[in-house]
Amino acid sequence: MARMKFLCDAERCIECNGCVTACKQENDVPWGVNRRRVVTVNDGVVGAEKSISVACMHCSDAPCMAVCPVDCFYRTEDGVVLHDKDLCIGCGYCFYACPFGAPQFPQAGAFGLRGKMDKCTFCSGGPEPDGSEAEFKKYGRNRLAEGKLPVCAEMCSTKALLGGDGDVIADIYRQRVTVRGKGSEVWGWATAYGPPPAKPAAGSKS
Amino acid sequence: MLLTRKSASAAAAQPRLSSGLSATLAHTIDRRAFLKRSGVTLGAGAVAAQLPFNMIGKAEAADAPAESGKVEVKRTVCTHCSVGCAIDAVVQNGVWIRQEPVFDSPLNLGAHCAKGASVREHGITHDSHRLRYPVKLEDGKWKRISWDQAYDEISQKLLAIRKDSGPDALFVVGSSKHNNEQSQLLCKWVRLWGTNNCDHQARICHSTTVAGVAQTWGYGAMTNSYNDEQNSKCLLFLGSNAAEAHPVSMLHTLHAKENGAKVIVADPRFTRTAAKADKYVRFRSGTDVALLFGILHVIFKNGWEDKEYIHQRVYGMDQVKKEVMEKWSPEQASAVTGTSVEDIEFVAKTLAENRPGFIIWAMGQTQHNAANGIVRASNILMLALGNVGRSGGGCNIYRGHDNVQGATDIGPNPDTLPGYYPVFVPGSWAHWARVWNIDLKWLQDRFAPGMIGKPGMTVSRWIDGVLEKNDAIDQGPNLRAVVYWGHAPNSQTRGLEMLKAMEKLDLMVVIDPYPSASAAMFAKVRKDGAYLLPAATQFETEGSVTASNRSLQWREKVIDPLFESRTDHMIMYQLAQKLGFADQLLGKKDGKQNIRLVKGKSGMDEPSIEDILRNDVNRGCWTIGYTGQSPERLQAHMRNMHVFDVKTLRARGGKDAKTGYDLAGDYYGLPWPCYGKAEIKHPGTPNLYDTAKNVMDGGHTFRALFGVEKDGVNLLAEDGVYSKGSDITTGYPQFDHVLLKKLGWWDELTDDEKKEAEGKLWTNDLSGGIQRVAMKHGCSPFGNAKARAVVWNFPDGIPQHREPLYSPRPDMVAKYPANDDVKVLWRLPTLFKSLQEKVVADKVAEKYPLILTSGRLVEYEGGGEETRSNPWLAELMQDNFVEINPKTAADRGVREGEYVWVSTPTGAKLRVKARVTEGVGPDTVFVPFHFSGWWEGQDMLPYYPEGAHPIVRGEAVNTATTYGYDRVTMMQESKTTLCQVAKA
Repeated sequence: MARMKFLCDAERCIECNGCVTACKQENDVPWGVNRRRVVTVNDGVVGAEKSISVACMHCSDAPCMAVCPVDCFYRTEDGVVLHDKDLCIGCGYCFYACPFGAPQFPQAGAFGLRGKMDKCTFCSGGPEPDGSEAEFKKYGRNRLAEGKLPVCAEMCSTKALLGGDGDVIADIYRQRVTVRGKGSEVWGWATAYGPPPAKPAAGSKS
Repeated sequence: MLLTRKSASAAAAQPRLSSGLSATLAHTIDRRAFLKRSGVTLGAGAVAAQLPFNMIGKAEAADAPAESGKVEVKRTVCTHCSVGCAIDAVVQNGVWIRQEPVFDSPLNLGAHCAKGASVREHGITHDSHRLRYPVKLEDGKWKRISWDQAYDEISQKLLAIRKDSGPDALFVVGSSKHNNEQSQLLCKWVRLWGTNNCDHQARICHSTTVAGVAQTWGYGAMTNSYNDEQNSKCLLFLGSNAAEAHPVSMLHTLHAKENGAKVIVADPRFTRTAAKADKYVRFRSGTDVALLFGILHVIFKNGWEDKEYIHQRVYGMDQVKKEVMEKWSPEQASAVTGTSVEDIEFVAKTLAENRPGFIIWAMGQTQHNAANGIVRASNILMLALGNVGRSGGGCNIYRGHDNVQGATDIGPNPDTLPGYYPVFVPGSWAHWARVWNIDLKWLQDRFAPGMIGKPGMTVSRWIDGVLEKNDAIDQGPNLRAVVYWGHAPNSQTRGLEMLKAMEKLDLMVVIDPYPSASAAMFAKVRKDGAYLLPAATQFETEGSVTASNRSLQWREKVIDPLFESRTDHMIMYQLAQKLGFADQLLGKKDGKQNIRLVKGKSGMDEPSIEDILRNDVNRGCWTIGYTGQSPERLQAHMRNMHVFDVKTLRARGGKDAKTGYDLAGDYYGLPWPCYGKAEIKHPGTPNLYDTAKNVMDGGHTFRALFGVEKDGVNLLAEDGVYSKGSDITTGYPQFDHVLLKKLGWWDELTDDEKKEAEGKLWTNDLSGGIQRVAMKHGCSPFGNAKARAVVWNFPDGIPQHREPLYSPRPDMVAKYPANDDVKVLWRLPTLFKSLQEKVVADKVAEKYPLILTSGRLVEYEGGGEETRSNPWLAELMQDNFVEINPKTAADRGVREGEYVWVSTPTGAKLRVKARVTEGVGPDTVFVPFHFSGWWEGQDMLPYYPEGAHPIVRGEAVNTATTYGYDRVTMMQESKTTLCQVAKA
């Protein structure tokens, strides 16, 4: 059984926001709710600027799921973390727990009351029947049920954002790293692997 | 241990993916399909066959009542930039409900940027910010009127102006967003009215490129394709921020990089593109020639130039070398550009060691007062390295709008008829009158006496056509009426003066899906005199569109024109009916008719798009090979994208299931030139001037456009240089009936061809016989010549560095002044040196010490009205801003996110937010140009028609930009001017 994952290759991400608008239009996400967004760090700093697209990472051991007081989260057999908006109370505790800022809270009502939590569904809807109108209204499209992958990854301008079975994505990424001789080498890289190796001698093909 | 709850709702417990798959697609998502969708082909460099996907998904399933009804998939192309990304639009009951990526497209492989991923918004009617019905300005209010009333009033006013002042009192600003057929029709429309006063976005986008590059080697277009970068070893971006302006092109760029190509970005700003480069080189805005020649100096000094290539294929390099060696040592180049000598040497060495390579540019090179020289300096650099005319190397010139290439080729240009036939050559008119099937004498009589051969005014200067003293302009009347037909006003410089021009106009007509900033600007200064007509978008019609790589793609109509909008070609026809030249527009004469009428919206007649392509464009545009791209061939390509190779763009085989058309050997989209008639099946030309291929395989030579000899020096290619398989192995001139007879090839023409070809050239032989026979012998119809490093017919034969008119460096102005003023240039007096000297004398650079440059953002396009009306895009970029260096900001007490005033020497000031970044140096600030709707701090919302204002409004940088034009093409100098920034 698949375990669905996203991987954003910061060597390729150019902050074009294609993933962001793809998600917006496919899932009819309202203004102010960002299931996915692109972050650029060290903007304008030569040699240090990196962009990366971030959404729910569909954690295998999801903190949101662990802390939710009403247990509205569930995981599909494909490893996608979803939630039931009928159960959700919009408390925002998952927002505390999530290390990526994935949970979103639409503003609703005259006093800006928090609505139900909304987040990336890996384009696989929610608990309602696949492809139903109710599912679309609450959660957006169910592309997985149509045999498609998340639209953000499918439309990524440089194929930086990969989405799908973690095994397959790992293969793709591994191949890329082999061809170009390096990974993204961004956040946490040095913690895990130590400082990056010295650059290969001039003239050698990377 | 997992923290997942044990029991969830029933639906959640199901194996969603597998059940979903088996239910809808059976076995289609196998590993191959999955890899395709995940983008592995580019990552691995392999190109597997594309798997067709079920685009409809569950829309037809019985359990989805909301999505019942007939579902169709229409294949179209994004309308936002020149990459040409294909889109599958899912339409149900005439409503555009979804958009799906087209993984089969060899150009974009399913990829989209923010704009491409959001085009479905064009089909959404609720919360649309489009212009819904015709309106007129009356007593300062936009009032709804009917189409009939609009046509009546507009035509009466136009005819009255024509009667009083002659046809030259009208200026028509056409559009690079029209498809090819509409562009050609508008070009014709304006001539039938009787003037050359028409233009479009290319003027302010790549006019300097088109002129400079064509004058170097024959055609003024991108030499290769985005895809061909995958075959390159070095990519020098100089004046292009592709990551924001052409994001999907980066798919090919980054693939090249990952396979070892060196990527260098030279730019005044550290852009998103620069962030992906191996090396970033900063230089002062407007000093491109100095930088390029500094690099060239190092190449010559080290003997890295390709001497054999230069000897055989380049004219005048010795003269350039002499000048470069004398004037442009790296030290001198460094003094002018601010780039270090080490960086200049590094770039030269990298280019020399990594061939073939590209230089890539866009507006960064073109928008300067001597930009015709900048682009030629780029050509010369590539010629010196022997990079031009081969796969993996050349000048990849990124065009802007989706069809700016096509509109340049065959659209409303002031100096050329379709196919670059110059208006000042009488034969051009004879040729097109014949093709259009109209009476030549009648056509000539439509023009004011003596004006038919004079190139018209340009979109960059129409305001001077209104404001300039009448005795100073080179036409009878001043301009009295302007039609903005799909063009934003805020992309042109000198906004303050544009308002003055609008105040003076008798009539302004805006024909656009969005009312555009023109409406608000006009209503700000006027109580009446303007009409806005809602045009349909390109998703509401069909037609061909030419991508930057010269490939033509066919858009199917996705939906019917929304609201009361009508297609542009319908409007052209209906207006022509009112103005009295409808028959000529359709080419109706002697019992023949070029363009049939077909039923369009609400059963109304409109000209057939296919007929325009087949009977006007294909029959007339011999010069640039727009003759082989029949609608049938283009449509077959769109249906069979999967057979085209991503690296070569060539079809390895395949037959179109619908028509049986054999695709084998065709290059995707039949990139022009695609010579001869469609029947001879020229495959198109993927890379210009490539002698390694046979002409019938898309091979080429440099064009013999400039004679055979100059001052005793041979201009034709030296012996031994010819395209593969050529029967002539020396240089040769362009083909005509005489050459064909001399060669003994005349009798290879059929009898019918002979009848037509007698006395003709390859450019006006409507039988196509001359081209056919030349190519049968492996020869380029346009000859085999040398490229010109010296364009002797330009004011600067050898490119010169010339300081911006508003230069921050008076010391450099003394050394590198602008050209002399010109009394008449494109019908208008034009200032260069006198203004530059005045700027120095007035010490403008002391009061306005910062360089102001402008450019694109990924979220918006062009003037931005359309994209700022799209909520998915508008949300991403809600304020206009100025990028300012931390030091510059700190010195002015400005902090990130605060409002500042950006003021310029015109007296205008812009209220924008400060974005503090090291991306710009301390001497430069950057403001994107896509915004409009604020005017010097004031929101112009009240001046828009109700409900048709963009969601995001902001200060237009061009409200404040200054005077300055290219000496050859009248390109505006919008990349370099001066400003000051102060806390608001």
